[in-house]
Amino acid sequence: MAKPKVAFYWCASCGGCEEAVVDLHEAILKVVEAVDIALWPVALDFKRKDVEAWKPGEVTVAFINGSIRTSEQVDWVKLLRQKCPVVIAFGSCAHLGGIPGLSNFTTREKTLANKYHNSPSVDNPDKILPQLETEINGYELELPEFLPAVYALDQVIEVDYYLPGCPPVPDLISAAVGAILEGKLPEKGSVLAPDKSLCDTCPQKDSKPEVMKIESFKRVADSSPDPDTCFLAQGYVCMGPATRSGCGELCIRGNMPCRGCFGPTSEARDGGTKMLSAIGSLLDTTTEEASERLAATMVDPLGTLYRFSLPTSILKQRLG
Amino acid sequence: MPEDSFEPRIVGFLCQWCSYTGADLAGTSRMQYPPNLRTIRVMCSGRVDPTFIVQALAEGADGVLIAGCHPGDCHYSEGNYRAMRRYPLLLKLLEQFGIETDRVRLEWVSASEGEKFARVVGEMTARLKELGPLNWKKRSAEYSGAA
Repeated sequence: MAKPKVAFYWCASCGGCEEAVVDLHEAILKVVEAVDIALWPVALDFKRKDVEAWKPGEVTVAFINGSIRTSEQVDWVKLLRQKCPVVIAFGSCAHLGGIPGLSNFTTREKTLANKYHNSPSVDNPDKILPQLETEINGYELELPEFLPAVYALDQVIEVDYYLPGCPPVPDLISAAVGAILEGKLPEKGSVLAPDKSLCDTCPQKDSKPEVMKIESFKRVADSSPDPDTCFLAQGYVCMGPATRSGCGELCIRGNMPCRGCFGPTSEARDGGTKMLSAIGSLLDTTTEEASERLAATMVDPLGTLYRFSLPTSILKQRLG
Repeated sequence: MPEDSFEPRIVGFLCQWCSYTGADLAGTSRMQYPPNLRTIRVMCSGRVDPTFIVQALAEGADGVLIAGCHPGDCHYSEGNYRAMRRYPLLLKLLEQFGIETDRVRLEWVSASEGEKFARVVGEMTARLKELGPLNWKKRSAEYSGAA
Protein backbone atom coordinates (compact mmCIF):
# COMPACT_ATOMS: atom_id res chain seq x y z
CA MET A 1 0.00 0.00 0.00
CA ALA A 2 1.25 3.45 -0.87
CA LYS A 3 2.33 5.58 2.08
CA PRO A 4 -0.13 8.29 3.10
CA LYS A 5 0.94 11.75 2.04
CA VAL A 6 1.02 14.78 4.31
CA ALA A 7 1.57 18.48 3.70
CA PHE A 8 3.12 21.14 5.93
CA TYR A 9 2.40 24.76 5.21
CA TRP A 10 3.22 28.01 6.97
CA CYS A 11 1.42 31.33 6.98
CA ALA A 12 2.25 34.30 9.28
CA SER A 13 4.64 32.41 11.53
CA CYS A 14 8.11 32.70 12.99
CA GLY A 15 9.36 29.29 11.87
CA GLY A 16 9.24 27.89 15.39
CA CYS A 17 6.54 25.41 14.39
CA GLU A 18 8.76 24.08 11.59
CA GLU A 19 11.48 23.80 14.19
CA ALA A 20 9.08 21.77 16.34
CA VAL A 21 8.77 19.18 13.56
CA VAL A 22 12.55 18.89 13.40
CA ASP A 23 12.57 18.70 17.21
CA LEU A 24 10.97 15.28 16.92
CA HIS A 25 14.62 14.14 16.58
CA GLU A 26 14.82 10.39 15.89
CA ALA A 27 11.04 10.11 15.93
CA ILE A 28 10.97 12.03 12.66
CA LEU A 29 12.57 9.01 10.99
CA LYS A 30 9.53 6.97 11.98
CA VAL A 31 7.32 9.70 10.55
CA VAL A 32 9.07 9.79 7.18
CA GLU A 33 9.07 6.00 7.14
CA ALA A 34 5.32 6.02 7.53
CA VAL A 35 4.34 8.99 5.38
CA ASP A 36 5.46 10.89 2.30
CA ILE A 37 5.87 14.63 2.64
CA ALA A 38 4.08 16.14 -0.33
CA LEU A 39 4.63 19.78 0.55
CA TRP A 40 6.97 21.53 3.01
CA PRO A 41 8.04 24.98 1.77
CA VAL A 42 10.57 25.53 4.55
CA ALA A 43 12.58 22.41 3.71
CA LEU A 44 11.69 21.15 0.24
CA ASP A 45 11.01 22.84 -3.08
CA PHE A 46 7.43 22.63 -4.30
CA LYS A 47 5.43 24.99 -6.47
CA ARG A 48 1.81 25.97 -6.20
CA LYS A 49 1.07 24.23 -9.49
CA ASP A 50 2.25 20.93 -7.95
CA VAL A 51 -0.37 21.34 -5.25
CA GLU A 52 -3.02 22.36 -7.78
CA ALA A 53 -2.31 19.12 -9.64
CA TRP A 54 -3.02 16.93 -6.59
CA LYS A 55 -6.08 14.72 -6.95
CA PRO A 56 -8.59 15.43 -4.16
CA GLY A 57 -7.78 13.18 -1.22
CA GLU A 58 -4.36 12.24 -2.62
CA VAL A 59 -2.73 14.08 0.27
CA THR A 60 -4.45 13.04 3.48
CA VAL A 61 -3.44 15.67 6.02
CA ALA A 62 -2.37 19.29 5.91
CA PHE A 63 -0.58 20.67 8.96
CA ILE A 64 -0.91 24.44 8.70
CA ASN A 65 0.93 26.76 11.06
CA GLY A 66 0.96 30.54 11.40
CA SER A 67 -1.85 33.05 11.57
CA ILE A 68 -3.50 34.60 8.51
CA ARG A 69 -2.53 38.13 7.53
CA THR A 70 -2.31 38.25 3.73
CA SER A 71 -4.57 37.36 0.80
CA GLU A 72 -1.89 34.93 -0.42
CA GLN A 73 -2.16 32.95 2.81
CA VAL A 74 -5.94 32.84 2.40
CA ASP A 75 -5.57 31.49 -1.16
CA TRP A 76 -3.10 28.83 -0.07
CA VAL A 77 -5.07 27.54 2.89
CA LYS A 78 -8.26 27.45 0.81
CA LEU A 79 -6.42 25.39 -1.80
CA LEU A 80 -5.10 23.01 0.86
CA ARG A 81 -8.57 22.74 2.40
CA GLN A 82 -9.99 21.82 -0.99
CA LYS A 83 -7.36 19.10 -1.54
CA CYS A 84 -6.94 17.55 1.91
CA PRO A 85 -9.59 15.60 3.84
CA VAL A 86 -7.97 16.51 7.18
CA VAL A 87 -6.66 19.97 8.07
CA ILE A 88 -4.83 20.47 11.36
CA ALA A 89 -4.21 23.94 12.76
CA PHE A 90 -0.65 23.56 14.02
CA GLY A 91 0.54 25.80 16.82
CA SER A 92 -0.84 28.80 18.70
CA CYS A 93 -0.97 31.14 15.70
CA ALA A 94 -3.15 28.86 13.56
CA HIS A 95 -5.11 27.75 16.64
CA LEU A 96 -5.74 31.07 18.42
CA GLY A 97 -4.17 33.86 16.36
CA GLY A 98 -0.88 33.79 18.25
CA ILE A 99 1.67 36.48 18.93
CA PRO A 100 1.12 38.14 15.49
CA GLY A 101 -2.52 38.46 16.61
CA LEU A 102 -1.44 41.18 19.07
CA SER A 103 -1.33 43.36 15.98
CA ASN A 104 -5.16 43.47 16.29
CA PHE A 105 -4.47 45.84 19.18
CA THR A 106 -3.76 48.48 16.54
CA THR A 107 -4.92 49.21 12.99
CA ARG A 108 -3.57 47.96 9.67
CA GLU A 109 -2.61 51.54 8.75
CA LYS A 110 -0.60 52.02 11.96
CA THR A 111 1.08 48.64 11.55
CA LEU A 112 2.18 49.49 8.00
CA ALA A 113 3.30 52.99 8.99
CA ASN A 114 5.31 51.59 11.87
CA LYS A 115 7.01 49.05 9.67
CA TYR A 116 7.63 51.15 6.54
CA HIS A 117 7.84 54.74 7.84
CA ASN A 118 8.60 55.07 11.54
CA SER A 119 10.94 52.21 12.32
CA PRO A 120 14.39 53.69 13.17
CA SER A 121 16.21 51.36 10.79
CA VAL A 122 14.02 52.25 7.79
CA ASP A 123 15.14 54.76 5.16
CA ASN A 124 12.03 55.57 3.12
CA PRO A 125 11.96 59.33 2.31
CA ASP A 126 9.19 58.95 -0.29
CA LYS A 127 6.98 57.18 2.26
CA ILE A 128 6.43 54.27 -0.09
CA LEU A 129 4.08 51.51 1.06
CA PRO A 130 3.67 48.08 -0.55
CA GLN A 131 1.18 48.25 -3.42
CA LEU A 132 -1.00 45.47 -4.81
CA GLU A 133 0.20 46.29 -8.32
CA THR A 134 3.36 48.08 -9.45
CA GLU A 135 4.66 48.66 -12.96
CA ILE A 136 8.42 48.43 -13.41
CA ASN A 137 10.08 48.49 -16.85
CA GLY A 138 6.81 47.51 -18.49
CA TYR A 139 6.22 44.58 -16.16
CA GLU A 140 3.19 44.36 -13.91
CA LEU A 141 4.28 43.17 -10.47
CA GLU A 142 1.78 41.98 -7.90
CA LEU A 143 1.90 41.70 -4.13
CA PRO A 144 -0.64 40.00 -1.86
CA GLU A 145 -3.01 42.22 0.11
CA PHE A 146 -2.20 42.95 3.76
CA LEU A 147 -5.55 42.15 5.40
CA PRO A 148 -7.22 44.50 7.93
CA ALA A 149 -6.61 42.14 10.86
CA VAL A 150 -4.91 38.93 11.93
CA TYR A 151 -7.04 35.78 11.83
CA ALA A 152 -6.76 32.30 13.24
CA LEU A 153 -6.97 29.48 10.67
CA ASP A 154 -10.56 28.51 11.53
CA GLN A 155 -11.71 32.06 10.87
CA VAL A 156 -10.76 31.52 7.22
CA ILE A 157 -11.29 27.80 6.50
CA GLU A 158 -12.86 24.86 8.28
CA VAL A 159 -10.37 23.17 10.60
CA ASP A 160 -10.64 19.53 11.68
CA TYR A 161 -8.16 19.44 14.59
CA TYR A 162 -5.95 21.75 16.59
CA LEU A 163 -2.44 21.08 17.84
CA PRO A 164 -1.87 23.78 20.46
CA GLY A 165 1.36 25.34 21.65
CA CYS A 166 4.02 27.86 20.78
CA PRO A 167 5.30 25.60 19.39
CA PRO A 168 3.45 22.27 19.83
CA VAL A 169 5.55 19.86 21.88
CA PRO A 170 7.06 16.71 20.29
CA ASP A 171 4.95 14.34 22.42
CA LEU A 172 1.70 15.84 21.18
CA ILE A 173 2.90 15.93 17.56
CA SER A 174 3.95 12.27 17.72
CA ALA A 175 0.65 11.30 19.32
CA ALA A 176 -1.29 13.20 16.65
CA VAL A 177 0.66 11.63 13.79
CA GLY A 178 0.19 8.20 15.42
CA ALA A 179 -3.56 8.77 15.74
CA ILE A 180 -3.77 9.77 12.07
CA LEU A 181 -1.82 6.71 10.90
CA GLU A 182 -3.98 4.38 12.99
CA GLY A 183 -7.17 6.18 12.04
CA LYS A 184 -7.90 6.82 15.71
CA LEU A 185 -8.58 10.53 15.56
CA PRO A 186 -11.05 11.90 18.12
CA GLU A 187 -14.21 13.85 17.40
CA LYS A 188 -13.82 16.53 14.74
CA GLY A 189 -12.99 19.96 16.13
CA SER A 190 -10.97 18.54 19.04
CA VAL A 191 -7.83 20.09 20.40
CA LEU A 192 -5.26 17.28 20.41
CA ALA A 193 -4.16 17.82 24.02
CA PRO A 194 -5.53 17.00 27.48
CA ASP A 195 -8.66 18.92 28.46
CA LYS A 196 -7.63 20.00 31.93
CA SER A 197 -6.02 23.13 33.25
CA LEU A 198 -2.27 23.53 33.62
CA CYS A 199 -2.61 24.01 37.40
CA ASP A 200 -3.86 20.41 37.54
CA THR A 201 -0.51 19.09 36.31
CA CYS A 202 1.73 21.86 37.65
CA PRO A 203 4.84 20.73 39.57
CA GLN A 204 4.24 23.63 41.99
CA LYS A 205 0.70 22.51 42.71
CA ASP A 206 1.43 21.45 46.28
CA SER A 207 2.85 24.88 47.15
CA LYS A 208 -0.47 26.57 46.35
CA PRO A 209 -1.80 28.10 49.58
CA GLU A 210 -5.29 27.23 50.80
CA VAL A 211 -6.38 30.84 50.45
CA MET A 212 -4.49 32.74 47.80
CA LYS A 213 -4.06 36.48 48.20
CA ILE A 214 -2.32 38.72 45.67
CA GLU A 215 -0.82 41.67 47.52
CA SER A 216 0.99 43.19 44.56
CA PHE A 217 1.60 42.35 40.91
CA LYS A 218 5.12 41.29 40.06
CA ARG A 219 6.78 40.81 36.68
CA VAL A 220 9.66 38.56 35.69
CA ALA A 221 11.20 41.60 34.01
CA ASP A 222 11.80 43.21 37.42
CA SER A 223 12.27 40.32 39.82
CA SER A 224 12.92 36.61 39.91
CA PRO A 225 10.22 34.28 41.23
CA ASP A 226 10.92 31.58 43.79
CA PRO A 227 10.99 28.45 41.58
CA ASP A 228 9.36 26.24 44.23
CA THR A 229 6.30 28.32 45.04
CA CYS A 230 3.11 28.82 43.01
CA PHE A 231 3.81 31.86 40.79
CA LEU A 232 0.31 33.23 41.17
CA ALA A 233 0.60 33.11 44.97
CA GLN A 234 3.77 35.21 44.60
CA GLY A 235 1.90 37.82 42.53
CA TYR A 236 3.20 36.84 39.08
CA VAL A 237 0.39 36.57 36.53
CA CYS A 238 0.66 32.90 35.62
CA MET A 239 -1.97 31.90 33.06
CA GLY A 240 -2.14 28.33 34.42
CA PRO A 241 -5.71 28.47 35.75
CA ALA A 242 -7.09 29.44 32.32
CA THR A 243 -4.71 27.39 30.17
CA ARG A 244 -4.86 23.87 28.84
CA SER A 245 -2.32 21.35 30.08
CA GLY A 246 -0.20 19.10 27.85
CA CYS A 247 2.94 21.19 27.33
CA GLY A 248 4.95 19.26 29.91
CA GLU A 249 5.06 22.43 32.07
CA LEU A 250 8.21 23.52 30.25
CA CYS A 251 7.95 27.19 31.19
CA ILE A 252 7.12 26.47 34.83
CA ARG A 253 10.16 24.18 35.08
CA GLY A 254 12.22 26.99 33.55
CA ASN A 255 11.02 29.35 36.31
CA MET A 256 8.74 31.24 33.92
CA PRO A 257 5.04 31.75 34.71
CA CYS A 258 2.67 30.27 32.11
CA ARG A 259 1.93 32.67 29.28
CA GLY A 260 -1.09 30.79 27.95
CA CYS A 261 0.09 29.48 24.56
CA PHE A 262 -2.15 26.37 24.74
CA GLY A 263 -5.28 28.49 25.06
CA PRO A 264 -8.16 27.72 27.42
CA THR A 265 -9.77 24.31 27.96
CA SER A 266 -12.97 23.44 26.11
CA GLU A 267 -14.94 24.76 29.11
CA ALA A 268 -13.92 28.38 28.52
CA ARG A 269 -14.96 30.53 25.57
CA ASP A 270 -12.46 33.30 26.31
CA GLY A 271 -9.26 32.52 28.23
CA GLY A 272 -8.52 36.20 28.85
CA THR A 273 -11.71 37.12 30.68
CA LYS A 274 -11.61 33.81 32.55
CA MET A 275 -8.11 34.59 33.76
CA LEU A 276 -9.18 38.13 34.65
CA SER A 277 -12.00 36.62 36.67
CA ALA A 278 -9.54 34.37 38.50
CA ILE A 279 -6.83 36.92 39.33
CA GLY A 280 -9.38 39.67 39.99
CA SER A 281 -10.99 37.69 42.75
CA LEU A 282 -7.60 36.90 44.35
CA LEU A 283 -6.63 40.51 45.07
CA ASP A 284 -5.96 41.08 48.75
CA THR A 285 -8.25 44.09 49.11
CA THR A 286 -11.47 44.91 50.94
CA THR A 287 -12.26 48.39 49.63
CA GLU A 288 -12.95 49.81 46.17
CA GLU A 289 -10.08 52.28 46.49
CA ALA A 290 -7.55 49.59 47.39
CA SER A 291 -8.80 47.39 44.52
CA GLU A 292 -8.36 50.27 42.09
CA ARG A 293 -4.88 51.02 43.38
CA LEU A 294 -3.81 47.40 43.03
CA ALA A 295 -5.43 46.98 39.61
CA ALA A 296 -3.61 50.07 38.40
CA THR A 297 -0.29 48.33 39.01
CA MET A 298 -1.05 45.47 36.59
CA VAL A 299 0.93 46.33 33.48
CA ASP A 300 -0.83 45.73 30.13
CA PRO A 301 -3.75 43.40 31.01
CA LEU A 302 -4.68 42.98 27.33
CA GLY A 303 -1.20 41.89 26.25
CA THR A 304 -0.86 39.63 29.27
CA LEU A 305 -4.28 37.97 29.13
CA TYR A 306 -4.46 37.69 25.33
CA ARG A 307 -0.78 37.21 24.48
CA PHE A 308 -1.65 34.30 22.15
CA SER A 309 -5.38 34.61 21.62
CA LEU A 310 -6.52 38.14 20.76
CA PRO A 311 -8.00 37.30 17.29
CA THR A 312 -10.11 34.46 18.73
CA SER A 313 -11.18 36.32 21.89
CA ILE A 314 -14.77 37.55 22.17
CA LEU A 315 -13.88 41.14 21.28
CA LYS A 316 -11.20 40.08 18.70
CA GLN A 317 -9.58 43.50 18.19
CA ARG A 318 -9.39 47.04 19.35
CA LEU A 319 -11.86 49.27 17.48
CA GLY A 320 -11.24 53.01 17.32
CA MET B 1 -30.16 56.51 13.63
CA PRO B 2 -30.64 60.18 14.60
CA GLU B 3 -28.99 60.89 17.91
CA ASP B 4 -32.09 61.95 19.83
CA SER B 5 -33.88 58.68 19.02
CA PHE B 6 -31.02 56.46 20.26
CA GLU B 7 -32.20 54.28 23.11
CA PRO B 8 -29.26 52.51 24.78
CA ARG B 9 -29.52 48.81 25.49
CA ILE B 10 -28.27 48.05 28.98
CA VAL B 11 -27.81 44.53 30.29
CA GLY B 12 -28.20 44.46 34.05
CA PHE B 13 -26.84 41.62 36.16
CA LEU B 14 -28.66 41.96 39.48
CA CYS B 15 -27.92 39.86 42.52
CA GLN B 16 -31.09 38.21 43.68
CA TRP B 17 -30.72 38.94 47.40
CA CYS B 18 -30.27 42.71 47.29
CA SER B 19 -30.33 44.46 43.94
CA TYR B 20 -33.01 42.40 42.24
CA THR B 21 -35.21 42.94 45.28
CA GLY B 22 -34.26 46.64 45.15
CA ALA B 23 -35.39 46.73 41.52
CA ASP B 24 -38.60 45.02 42.57
CA LEU B 25 -39.13 47.67 45.21
CA ALA B 26 -38.64 50.41 42.62
CA GLY B 27 -41.35 48.69 40.56
CA THR B 28 -43.84 48.09 43.35
CA SER B 29 -43.28 51.65 44.58
CA ARG B 30 -44.17 52.81 41.04
CA MET B 31 -40.96 54.78 40.65
CA GLN B 32 -40.32 56.06 37.16
CA TYR B 33 -37.07 55.09 35.47
CA PRO B 34 -36.02 54.55 31.84
CA PRO B 35 -37.02 51.21 30.28
CA ASN B 36 -33.53 50.63 28.83
CA LEU B 37 -32.38 47.96 31.25
CA ARG B 38 -32.67 44.25 30.38
CA THR B 39 -32.46 42.50 33.71
CA ILE B 40 -30.72 39.20 34.32
CA ARG B 41 -31.12 37.86 37.84
CA VAL B 42 -28.00 36.15 39.16
CA MET B 43 -27.41 34.54 42.53
CA CYS B 44 -24.57 36.89 43.42
CA SER B 45 -22.60 39.75 41.86
CA GLY B 46 -19.58 37.49 42.42
CA ARG B 47 -21.08 35.07 39.89
CA VAL B 48 -20.84 37.67 37.13
CA ASP B 49 -17.89 36.37 35.15
CA PRO B 50 -16.17 39.16 33.16
CA THR B 51 -16.83 36.90 30.15
CA PHE B 52 -20.57 37.67 30.49
CA ILE B 53 -19.93 41.40 30.44
CA VAL B 54 -17.61 41.27 27.45
CA GLN B 55 -19.99 38.93 25.61
CA ALA B 56 -22.91 41.30 26.25
CA LEU B 57 -20.92 44.22 24.81
CA ALA B 58 -19.79 42.13 21.83
CA GLU B 59 -23.36 40.99 21.11
CA GLY B 60 -25.05 44.36 21.04
CA ALA B 61 -25.32 45.88 24.53
CA ASP B 62 -24.37 49.56 24.79
CA GLY B 63 -23.69 49.23 28.50
CA VAL B 64 -23.66 46.71 31.33
CA LEU B 65 -24.76 47.25 34.92
CA ILE B 66 -23.62 44.90 37.68
CA ALA B 67 -25.45 45.45 40.95
CA GLY B 68 -24.95 43.60 44.19
CA CYS B 69 -25.26 43.85 47.96
CA HIS B 70 -23.23 46.49 49.77
CA PRO B 71 -19.77 45.31 50.90
CA GLY B 72 -20.26 43.43 54.14
CA ASP B 73 -23.85 42.45 53.29
CA CYS B 74 -23.24 39.61 50.83
CA HIS B 75 -25.57 36.65 51.31
CA TYR B 76 -22.55 34.43 50.62
CA SER B 77 -20.34 36.59 52.83
CA GLU B 78 -17.82 37.76 50.21
CA GLY B 79 -19.10 37.24 46.66
CA ASN B 80 -19.55 40.98 46.17
CA TYR B 81 -15.90 41.53 47.15
CA ARG B 82 -14.95 39.38 44.18
CA ALA B 83 -17.04 41.59 41.92
CA MET B 84 -15.41 44.65 43.49
CA ARG B 85 -11.87 43.32 42.92
CA ARG B 86 -12.43 42.28 39.32
CA TYR B 87 -14.15 45.48 38.28
CA PRO B 88 -11.15 47.88 38.05
CA LEU B 89 -9.11 45.25 36.18
CA LEU B 90 -11.95 44.76 33.71
CA LEU B 91 -12.23 48.51 33.15
CA LYS B 92 -8.50 48.64 32.42
CA LEU B 93 -8.89 45.84 29.89
CA LEU B 94 -11.91 47.48 28.22
CA GLU B 95 -10.00 50.73 27.94
CA GLN B 96 -7.27 48.89 26.04
CA PHE B 97 -9.92 47.56 23.65
CA GLY B 98 -11.06 51.15 23.05
CA ILE B 99 -14.33 50.80 24.98
CA GLU B 100 -15.37 53.74 27.20
CA THR B 101 -15.25 52.63 30.83
CA ASP B 102 -18.51 54.48 31.63
CA ARG B 103 -20.30 51.75 29.69
CA VAL B 104 -19.77 49.28 32.51
CA ARG B 105 -20.93 50.23 35.98
CA LEU B 106 -20.77 48.43 39.31
CA GLU B 107 -23.22 49.59 41.99
CA TRP B 108 -24.24 48.44 45.43
CA VAL B 109 -28.02 48.44 45.73
CA SER B 110 -29.68 46.96 48.81
CA ALA B 111 -33.18 45.52 48.93
CA SER B 112 -34.48 48.74 50.46
CA GLU B 113 -32.82 51.05 47.91
CA GLY B 114 -35.46 51.10 45.17
CA GLU B 115 -34.85 54.78 44.80
CA LYS B 116 -31.12 54.33 44.30
CA PHE B 117 -31.78 51.61 41.72
CA ALA B 118 -34.06 53.91 39.71
CA ARG B 119 -31.50 56.72 39.97
CA VAL B 120 -28.61 54.50 38.81
CA VAL B 121 -30.55 53.25 35.78
CA GLY B 122 -31.55 56.83 34.97
CA GLU B 123 -27.96 58.13 35.23
CA MET B 124 -26.58 55.27 33.23
CA THR B 125 -29.12 55.68 30.45
CA ALA B 126 -28.36 59.40 30.25
CA ARG B 127 -24.60 58.79 30.11
CA LEU B 128 -24.95 56.12 27.40
CA LYS B 129 -27.08 58.49 25.34
CA GLU B 130 -24.16 60.93 25.50
CA LEU B 131 -21.66 58.23 24.52
CA GLY B 132 -23.86 56.92 21.68
CA PRO B 133 -24.23 53.34 20.45
CA LEU B 134 -21.35 50.90 20.96
CA ASN B 135 -22.37 48.78 17.97
CA TRP B 136 -19.40 46.45 18.50
CA LYS B 137 -20.71 43.54 16.44
CA LYS B 138 -21.40 45.59 13.31
CA ARG B 139 -18.26 47.71 13.61
CA SER B 140 -16.16 44.63 14.21
CA ALA B 141 -17.61 42.88 11.13
CA GLU B 142 -17.09 45.98 8.99
CA TYR B 143 -13.54 46.40 10.18
CA SER B 144 -12.16 42.90 9.88
CA GLY B 145 -14.75 41.12 7.74
CA ALA B 146 -17.12 38.36 8.74
CA ALA B 147 -14.10 36.22 9.68
